Amino acid sequence: MDMNEIKEIFFQECEEQLAELETGLLAINDGDSDPETVNAVFRAVHSIKGGAGAFALDDLVAFAHVFETTLDCVRSGQLEPSADVVKVMLKSADVLADLTYAARDGGSVDKERSDALLVDLEALARGEKPGGAPIAAAQPAPDAPDFEPVPFSFDDFDDVEPALAAERFTVTFRPRAELYAKGNEAALLLRDLAKLGEATIRCNTQELPDFDALDPEGAYLAWDIVLLTEKSEDDIRAIFEFAEWDCTFEVTSGAAETEAVPVAECEPAEAGPMTPVPFDMTAFDAIIESAPPAEAAVPAQDAFVERRQADRRAADASPTIRVDLDRVDRLINLVGELVINQAMLAQSVNESTSSDRSAINLGLEELQQLTREIQDSVMAIRAQPVKPVFQRMSRIVREIADMTSKSVRLVTEGENTEVDKTVIDKLAEPLTHMIRNAVDHGLETPEKRLAAGKPEEGTLRLAAKHRSGRIVIEIADDGAGINRQRVRQKAIDNGLISPDASLSDEEVDNLIFHPGFSTADKISDISGRGVGMDVVKRSIQQLGGRITISSTPGQGSIFTMSLPLTLAVLDGMVVTVAGQTLVVPLTAIVETLQPEASRIHRFGAGQRLISIRDMFCPLIDVGRVLSFRRDQADPAASVALLVETEGGGQRALMVDAIQGQRQVVIKSLEANYDHVPGIAAATILGDGRVALILDVDAVVAGTRGDAAKPELSLAAVG
Amino acid sequence: MNQLAKNQADGIRELIAFRIGDQEFCVDIMSVREIRGWTPATALPHSPGFVLGVINLRGAVLPIIDLSSRLGMKAADPTARHVIIVAQVHQKVVGLLVDAVSDILSVTSENIQPTPEVSSELDKSFARGVLAIEGRMICLIELEALFRASESEAA
Repeated sequence: MDMNEIKEIFFQECEEQLAELETGLLAINDGDSDPETVNAVFRAVHSIKGGAGAFALDDLVAFAHVFETTLDCVRSGQLEPSADVVKVMLKSADVLADLTYAARDGGSVDKERSDALLVDLEALARGEKPGGAPIAAAQPAPDAPDFEPVPFSFDDFDDVEPALAAERFTVTFRPRAELYAKGNEAALLLRDLAKLGEATIRCNTQELPDFDALDPEGAYLAWDIVLLTEKSEDDIRAIFEFAEWDCTFEVTSGAAETEAVPVAECEPAEAGPMTPVPFDMTAFDAIIESAPPAEAAVPAQDAFVERRQADRRAADASPTIRVDLDRVDRLINLVGELVINQAMLAQSVNESTSSDRSAINLGLEELQQLTREIQDSVMAIRAQPVKPVFQRMSRIVREIADMTSKSVRLVTEGENTEVDKTVIDKLAEPLTHMIRNAVDHGLETPEKRLAAGKPEEGTLRLAAKHRSGRIVIEIADDGAGINRQRVRQKAIDNGLISPDASLSDEEVDNLIFHPGFSTADKISDISGRGVGMDVVKRSIQQLGGRITISSTPGQGSIFTMSLPLTLAVLDGMVVTVAGQTLVVPLTAIVETLQPEASRIHRFGAGQRLISIRDMFCPLIDVGRVLSFRRDQADPAASVALLVETEGGGQRALMVDAIQGQRQVVIKSLEANYDHVPGIAAATILGDGRVALILDVDAVVAGTRGDAAKPELSLAAVG
Repeated sequence: MNQLAKNQADGIRELIAFRIGDQEFCVDIMSVREIRGWTPATALPHSPGFVLGVINLRGAVLPIIDLSSRLGMKAADPTARHVIIVAQVHQKVVGLLVDAVSDILSVTSENIQPTPEVSSELDKSFARGVLAIEGRMICLIELEALFRASESEAA
């Protein structure tokens, strides 16, 4: 494994840590006061800092360090995580993410922004310190006017730490048997600890059983250390980093010392439940044995113990491994083969005349069940929660809210809903755009909201859930809703509809999905980037999804997306065209109907229209478009599939017969051949034959030459 | 030293010979993946006449090319006795429909005579020489040239 690979892993982990960080901060923002949440946030920043240090990513380390310091104040209870504080921290998390990505991909970050945040963070860390907490009082800021020079050791001078004054820490270290079993040596750890400063180490033998009861491989000794050091608590923890899972380990900062108090002055304290016992110190050559510690027993830092336990719980709950995506895909392909093979086997058994078919059939049924289970489990490997995408959205909301000076609260629901990774990857873009739109156009300004009797803060709800084998994502805002009058006017101005067209509310709402439609009076910096809702709709349709809108004036709009759980399979309608079997994606089909001869109208040369509820819809003979046959089929003897097209219009595709609906595995045609116009991909049916999957948009576009005119009429309304 | 390396060292090429109508052709064995029987293919719309369609080769979609038609001879009428040579050309895998596989030949470059001067399309585009084996004439075809040509025509 070379350095780049290690770096790659570091950045992967960074992404996880950043997600963790944001989750934690958002939870705190929502009033979560669990110390574990604060710890998780702190840990995330700390890990990033640690890793970045190893790769000499100085900018990242510098920022993470200041961030960490401020977070530590929250962790130790010196800084109340109020809304303002969390806001600064969320922004800092954004900058930290930017810095991480800049370090990974090159490029630069907004230096002004990060510097401003650094100042804020430092102010937060300082501002709250003088109050209450004992640690702060004795730790004057470097530029405090009443700073008095203090004597301190210059030995470690090149290792500049923010804390200038020596501080007293009480460390309790109680190894468990596992520590020794893993080849760690308590003496070495204690020796390292002693190197940090002036240490007083006492061995606590209270737990030591009688010799008869002694397990030679057990761990009975504990140590209480009082350490006078200029290093921070983190440095102390760093020593025990690799041992912390296998010991009980507590660090408490005692009263800090502005001057090196002669240790002898400390009175021998009540030793609490422990009895200090002299210990053979020869092993600890660097340790200065002096007076007993001021406080031998310090109450455990609850949060820290909890953190340990939570970590252990998490580790037990879901051990994970990283797997190359290619391997998973290969497995998925193979399982796809298995499914086809099993279907073929079943078919040939059914066609055979063997006498003991029932026994074979029984076995086949079991095989079928197993295959289906394997397929589901394999698909589940690729399935991931939508959480990371949703988290990215919270950042986008923050940024746009800032830009538009609106106050927005993002509520997410069902972020653990799982969907295939490819779907997740392609979801981010349309979702980003819709969120931008919702904040920019959907929500009103605070003044307007107050005037309308709504809370000043707008709410954006982002929800995901599973519904009948698909994932449904809703984006709801509590804004003004769609201004239908304006949408209508705009559509008339743009020549999309005629001025006297009578449209239902729903039809008007759907106009915003029409290509080249933008309701904002001025093209704003935020959503007017040349892409409209039509692009969103297209990208969702490409994923095999649909999008709908429902809007209530004054109460807001809800965009609902429905997407397949995976892109490896597709729900299709299996049809026959000129003796060939074709698959039509079910998402494209609005309805199927049996055309009556009376409803078919000739239109010009060769073109035929079908009237559906008084709307005229061009008929497309799929067999002819794909040049499977020369002559037009008799519409009355065919089945019409009403499909929705790119432009939002509808077309009726004529096929000979419908065989049924089924889920098919998508196979590339381009892998060994070329792109075929009108064909999206191929699949393999139960009989082992290849069937082609129709590209509905391309088929429609192929006929557009002679059917362009009706498209611009009313039929354009989706 | 294995057979392949030995052959290469000796300058020996192995060729698969097959029959189309009453003519014999051969291709380099290194590009042949497998040989299998004919199964009905699914027709592809808008494809040139020599593309018979696609079949399922253990889950991959394999285009089938009527080599007879591709070489400018009369189009084949595939039956169960026809054979598909599955060959890798560039990065793609294609199936070539031929009447039958007849032989595996080990030849050196001295055995391959330059293509005689005839003014047919076949000569110019695909033939890379002829071999005289036991009184038969076998024409060596270069699949790369064949596929490039078919690709541009299909497009």
